[in-house]
Amino acid sequence: MASDLFEAPDYYNLDELLTDEHKLVRDTTRNWVKKEISPIIEDYAQKSEFPMHITKGLAEIGAFGPYIPMKYGGAGLDQISYGLIMQEIERGDSGIRSTASVQSSLVMYPIWKYGNELQRQKYLPKLASGAWIGCFGLTEPDHGSNPAGMITNFKDKGDHYLLNGAKMWISNAPFAHVAVVWAKDENGRIHGLLVERGMEGFSTPKTHSKWSLRASATGELIFDNVKVPKENLLPNKSGLGAPLGCLDSARYGIAWGAIGAAMDCYDTALRYSKERIQFGKPIGQFQLQQKKLAEMITEITKAQILTWRLGLLKNENKATSAQISMAKRNNVHMALNIAREARQILGGMGITGEYSIMRHAMNLESVITYEGTHDIHLLITGLDITGLNAFK
Amino acid sequence: MKILVCISHVPDTTSKINFTEGDTKFDTNGVQFVINPNDEFGLTRAMWFKEKQGANVTVINVGGADTEPTLRKALAIGADAAIRVNTVPADGFSVAKQLATVIKDGAYDLVIAGRESIDYNGGMVPGMIAGLVGANFVNNCIGLEVEGTNAKVIREIDGGKETVSTNLPLVIGGQKGLVEETDLRIPNMRGIMMARKKPLTVVEPSSISGETSSMSFEKPAPKGAVTLVSADNLDELVSLLHNEAKVI
Repeated sequence: MASDLFEAPDYYNLDELLTDEHKLVRDTTRNWVKKEISPIIEDYAQKSEFPMHITKGLAEIGAFGPYIPMKYGGAGLDQISYGLIMQEIERGDSGIRSTASVQSSLVMYPIWKYGNELQRQKYLPKLASGAWIGCFGLTEPDHGSNPAGMITNFKDKGDHYLLNGAKMWISNAPFAHVAVVWAKDENGRIHGLLVERGMEGFSTPKTHSKWSLRASATGELIFDNVKVPKENLLPNKSGLGAPLGCLDSARYGIAWGAIGAAMDCYDTALRYSKERIQFGKPIGQFQLQQKKLAEMITEITKAQILTWRLGLLKNENKATSAQISMAKRNNVHMALNIAREARQILGGMGITGEYSIMRHAMNLESVITYEGTHDIHLLITGLDITGLNAFK
Repeated sequence: MKILVCISHVPDTTSKINFTEGDTKFDTNGVQFVINPNDEFGLTRAMWFKEKQGANVTVINVGGADTEPTLRKALAIGADAAIRVNTVPADGFSVAKQLATVIKDGAYDLVIAGRESIDYNGGMVPGMIAGLVGANFVNNCIGLEVEGTNAKVIREIDGGKETVSTNLPLVIGGQKGLVEETDLRIPNMRGIMMARKKPLTVVEPSSISGETSSMSFEKPAPKGAVTLVSADNLDELVSLLHNEAKVI
């Protein structure tokens, strides 16, 4: 892959809305991505292999649980900092961002928010340091957009719970040390259970032959009469709202992350359009290419402003799930469109591993589907503004 | 051991350089600023002294408030405290005099400066500081160890190295080799949060004016077009060098 020449677009001087600390957080992550991700990511994506060694680096810079309090191993940063970290990591690759956001928002977040103090002390420092990697089991083979229909369940056996069922499309599953698993109790109420690798009857087969998020490991979680100690149940929240609370945090990170992927595609296409000569002049001088580029920077700028405002609301604990859905949906769609348009500007070169664009485009096909599909997020907005539920 | 690391706030090496006000001022518009690379090697070596020998590390910059993010970054990397002398530098001599005032007050054992900053490349400040405070001075350092009050310093010389033994208090002009590029640190998120609580003291400057002032800047002439000459056609090459380039 060509060297990483990325220059971040900031058409509306949005840097002026960030604090010096935000900028340091962002630039730190950006430098780390240039040094550690850009040189290797294309090879790993081509090989369809997760670069396991980078979990150490992600932990060292503090990308695991940046908003988790310091006493549990996090950095105690605000939500805009978290968003900027996700933006910069996804600028490198959506798959690596997925690993970081699963660890932070889908594993550390529920243990911090819904776990007891013993659970926090036991798991959070290990997860923050990268000694342990976690995964999150909500989606099932027959229950994707409708998680409430899940069939994974557990029964109270006196001194333990007996867990049965299966989860699918789980990032980090093949190597995770711990899974936050959502399952129904005997009354049909959803609870979170911490299932550790090595528990008898728990297996994590890898999902093969993906054309997307190839540098991220995806798998299944299979529970065949797994005895889960009772102290592994997350006690402080139950019901579908518990996993959805985690998804709010993860989707918020994705809204930022998608901007990173879009910025990388735009920046690559802009540079290429000024260097590629056809008919005796740079292709950036032709109106059709300018239209693509001008629309890209317009959409990126709109997404940046939307997401920055959402970050402020999140900092004040005022961001609603519906507002997060809107940003996730808008930004991922925006990024995917930009990746496709940028690919066209690069012509044939756009499909090669010399440039990041095709990898981003393929990754974003997953990102627009996971953590709530593009359509489902639209219905969440629809429900929010009309009060009428189109899901049922 | 009390260490003071001098940090210059300089444009990133990839910055596009332009001038304003009739080519008399550097145009900072759109320029990213970083810790001067020669200072960053020194800062990283200072972190080593902090971690292995319990040294206390303060970083200092002479500059306006706009340089504080650079000092905060040094704090996030691990320095214990920061000082900003609140004045826009006029020239190397005025910077050295401002620094010397702080060094005398703070009784530092070791002052680590970069051998030169990569913006104006004056290369004067470290030697001037040493002269002004009466400390020993070794420039172009590519290795530094301290034991008690003795320092062993490795200095780059033409075609080789010289190992020098000297005593504290000491000022060095550091460069790559003090640590390797792979040893340089980027701050982590916890470090950034902890930097919030570390002191960044702003001191007012002593009344020192610069002895020189910049009248104008000029960029190198753009590179001319390239003429390719076939390897079989040396006569043409000679003719071009003689008649067009007029170098032979």
